Amino acid sequence: MSGLKEVRNRIKSVGSTQQITKAMKMVAAAKLRRAQDGIMQLRPYSQKLSEIINNLNSSDTDSEVIKQYSVNRDAKKVWVVVITSDRGLCGGFNSNVIKAVTATINEKYSTQKSGGTLQLITIGKKGTEFMQKREVKVDAKYATLFTTLNFENVKVAAEYIMESFRKGDVDVVDVVYNEFKNVATQIVKVEQFLPLTSILTSSKLLTKKTVNDYLFEPSKNEILDELIPKSLKVKFYSYLLESNASEQGARMTAMEKATENAGEMLKALKLTYNRTRQAAITKEILEIVGGAEALNK
Amino acid sequence: MYLEIVTPDKKIYQGEVTAVQVPGIAGSFEILNNHAPIVSAIEKGNVRVKTATGEVKNFIIEAGVVEVVNNKIALLAEAVIG
Repeated sequence: MSGLKEVRNRIKSVGSTQQITKAMKMVAAAKLRRAQDGIMQLRPYSQKLSEIINNLNSSDTDSEVIKQYSVNRDAKKVWVVVITSDRGLCGGFNSNVIKAVTATINEKYSTQKSGGTLQLITIGKKGTEFMQKREVKVDAKYATLFTTLNFENVKVAAEYIMESFRKGDVDVVDVVYNEFKNVATQIVKVEQFLPLTSILTSSKLLTKKTVNDYLFEPSKNEILDELIPKSLKVKFYSYLLESNASEQGARMTAMEKATENAGEMLKALKLTYNRTRQAAITKEILEIVGGAEALNK
Repeated sequence: MYLEIVTPDKKIYQGEVTAVQVPGIAGSFEILNNHAPIVSAIEKGNVRVKTATGEVKNFIIEAGVVEVVNNKIALLAEAVIG
């Protein structure tokens, strides 16, 4: 009979685990919707911004700020921004980023790593915890950006990175993050944030005619000077939003799988439970019959 | 004319308006109907909007940029304080 009780206990515990995973899936789905809303909210802003920049950047512009942000120095001091999540239980979400970071470091920046001029900026608790145990310099100043994800907080981090680049504290900044493709698919991306590569050509959405007879106040260049940092900040913010949506998507899929697996396990357990129960009953009957027969003799 | 005020976090305002006063870097100015196409950087300050119904609304915005084309005004601000 002891076997029976054990099986019953397991059924109970698997059942409650399944309930938890089901609940987590639902929570992730709700959060995913919010995260996607965030991306949608940013879109009009960033689209308009690159539209204006495109209009401005016709030919005769000569912005100091663009030059400042696009100088190609020798990559002596390198920062890698690692964007992970605060929580686990989301499948390969974090480990994929970590793997990509390790690969990038080994391929591109191994000399900087041994020279001690490579630094990671980790955003998200999971990546921070992992990276702090490795032999790399980690700046975890902005590790908790995801607790309240809004532009105001992200702006500070982006400004810090941009300022350091301008001052020459860092020569190349790469970002590793999960891009949100759809609920089930995240794509790990390694992108160069600074120096600027493609801010002026990145707006492929623009097919509209460009209006050329704009008035500019105060002047073309000064407006560009204002806008370039803004668009960099927006770009940085979009990395975080993408990652956030991906995280929820990854968690949703992971939890759905877990719920499914728990269901299968329950089925198997119930089968063994019923088999053991029947076997026990049969045994009991046999004993009684056997006993009665012995008496009859 | 049509006005949109957007920040990276959300759309603050959209709708028909008759006049918009913005704190341009080179000085505050007002946009009325059929304004010439303009792009202007704006500094932190008050944006006064007169809606089509005659109501007056005020937004205090962080630095941004405003674009006017064909009676469409797009105001991009980093943040709206109130």
